[in-house]
Amino acid sequence: MTAKGITERGVPAWAQALPLAGVFALFFVVPLVLTVMVSLWNYNAYEIVPDITARNYWEAFEGCANRLLSATPELCTTLKTYLTTLRICLTVWLITLALGFTIAYFLAFHVRSLTVQIVLFLICTIPFWTSNVIRMISWIPLLGRNGLVNQALVTTGLAGEPVEWLLFSDFAVIVAFVHLYTLFMIVPIFNSMMRIDRALLEAAYDAGASGWQTLSNVVIPLAKPGIVIGSIFVLTIVMGDFVTVGVMGGQQIASVGKMINTQMGNLQFPPAAAHAVVLLASVLVLIWGLTRLVDIRKEL
Amino acid sequence: MAYRNSKPISRRSLIGGAGAVTVAAGAQAVTGFPTVHAQEPKVLRYLGTAVNQSPDIARKVKEDTGIAIEYIPVTTDDVTRRVITQPNSFDIVDTEYFSLKKLVPSGNLLAMDGAKIKNFDKITPVFTKGALPSGKVIGDQGTAPKKVMFLEGENSTKFATQPTQWATLIPTVYNADTLGIRPDLIKRPINNWKELLNPEFKGKASILNIPSIGIMDAAMVIESMGEYKYPDKGNMTREEIDRTMKVLTEAKKAGQFRAFWKDFNESVNLMASGETVIQSMWSPAVTAVKSKGIPCVYQPLAEGYRAWAAGFALSKSIKATKKADLAYEFVNWFLDGWAGAYLNRQGYYSALLETAKAKMEPYEWAFWMEGKPAEKDIKAPDGTLLEKAGAVRDGGSYDDRMGAVACWNAVMDENDYMVKKWNEFIAA
Repeated sequence: MTAKGITERGVPAWAQALPLAGVFALFFVVPLVLTVMVSLWNYNAYEIVPDITARNYWEAFEGCANRLLSATPELCTTLKTYLTTLRICLTVWLITLALGFTIAYFLAFHVRSLTVQIVLFLICTIPFWTSNVIRMISWIPLLGRNGLVNQALVTTGLAGEPVEWLLFSDFAVIVAFVHLYTLFMIVPIFNSMMRIDRALLEAAYDAGASGWQTLSNVVIPLAKPGIVIGSIFVLTIVMGDFVTVGVMGGQQIASVGKMINTQMGNLQFPPAAAHAVVLLASVLVLIWGLTRLVDIRKEL
Repeated sequence: MAYRNSKPISRRSLIGGAGAVTVAAGAQAVTGFPTVHAQEPKVLRYLGTAVNQSPDIARKVKEDTGIAIEYIPVTTDDVTRRVITQPNSFDIVDTEYFSLKKLVPSGNLLAMDGAKIKNFDKITPVFTKGALPSGKVIGDQGTAPKKVMFLEGENSTKFATQPTQWATLIPTVYNADTLGIRPDLIKRPINNWKELLNPEFKGKASILNIPSIGIMDAAMVIESMGEYKYPDKGNMTREEIDRTMKVLTEAKKAGQFRAFWKDFNESVNLMASGETVIQSMWSPAVTAVKSKGIPCVYQPLAEGYRAWAAGFALSKSIKATKKADLAYEFVNWFLDGWAGAYLNRQGYYSALLETAKAKMEPYEWAFWMEGKPAEKDIKAPDGTLLEKAGAVRDGGSYDDRMGAVACWNAVMDENDYMVKKWNEFIAA
């Protein structure tokens, strides 16, 4: 693609871009500016006061340095919460990536018929057919203390008594996330793979490459844009999600979203906004890192 | 007031088929608006939590008064948020007394004029004096309704210490909360709040994840353990908050809690599935577990109950409009008995006991309010069987339950600090 200079584009091009730009300005830029603005305001029990203060940011990280540098170093709540969120996020990312890539590979290269591809694709969307709440609640009969998995473990003698960590634990949160968001990995990776010229695979075979060599030297590099886009989907969704963490973690696992939610519930809008800005910044850093790996705009 | 001075309408005459007419006539006498308005669409936007917004009540109001209720169901937190940020988005709000410390200073709610409330002087003294109808004084720690029930004047934002004509909320419903237990899984009597943190129930306990309420349940536990006696559980100092959260955090780290819950359905699921055997609970959640045929007891405890109360207020956006008259008509209807009986049959309590009593069967009243064994099967308003004949209500009579209230849901002065500490607890 040859890049044209902005000056060469005429009025029609600008006019075509206008509706989307307008939507973005109204529903993205304006709320974002408002959030940043409110994060600098002051507040009390029942009102928020226009101001420019660093109070909310200061309080978010209050005591963090002291605690880290003290004789018995420990993390402050905010850092601990971010770390938990990040840990869950990266675990989910790795698992969905492995699963998503494998499934997409199977769909793209092993399933030859378009109909079968479509049918299998639809099956992948099944987790989205039910409401979030129902989906969450339905894990209890499966993973709970008296759930199916535990019943099976106990009757087969694999476990003496019901295993408790299956539900309301990091494990449960990660299972639920993987179940929900693997599709977001599958779709873009599958899309990238379908664009790979099959002649390249034949050429690799003819040149004597093994299956693994073809995979690592041909398929993965060419599927990179899909991998990055899928990763951005998964990382951004998981970083901000607090409903899944809340329900599957039995509300015992902190997440940044939950922290913001609790503050909103107590009418503490400015500190909630400050946390939202910090969260946004950390997600942007993650995405920036990913786009350093692949220039998506070039690859598309 | 012309109405109150006139010969009182016999309560029975309200019940009969003429009830609707009488109520409407009564409301007109009270508010004095002409009959022409009846021909205009009568719609009220009712902001509140879904738990209180029953379609049966809306249907019955429509039938009796022609007022169409448009429910705006949101969470407790969102009720507060909307009152403060969008007072134009509703006409009447159903909110809890503990929110008033936040709501009243905003000036977005109108004081309720007692002179326009037909049965204003008959509202139970639980609200006006902090005592039972029998005169027994009940616990007033936290935001007890009597502390925030009245304003000094129509346009005042200061709470009055004595009853005045101007009420912050006209009470609708209240109850005394305690722990729910699974007797079939615990297999021994539970009599104290401290059992919530008893290591015997390690990994099988739960507390609710609403900071202001959760911390009060925790305070009940700590007092029961004999660790500390709070001057006011509903208004802790920073040291007291730290002390309370320390005990909770240690329990959490030791794996005492299976989960925390925030949503009504979560609490039902935890209990019904046996994931938990002892937890903070709300009365209708216990009923919901029972209606699945699973044994569940709303266990009365020696240290008493944590109570809550809710009521109606009008948005300032309808001040001196026909909508305001309509809202008063609705509130008067609500206090007239049908709604009260409906609430009593679910295990809640109505603000006007005598009007509700008139609309309940004697055996229902005896079961729900007097703590007597049920003469017949007790059914919920929708007809599902709640208790078989012979059963006794958990905790007994109204006087036994409300008389044992130790504290009320509250917003503390140190609320911001408490929320911060609660977040730390969740992250621990």
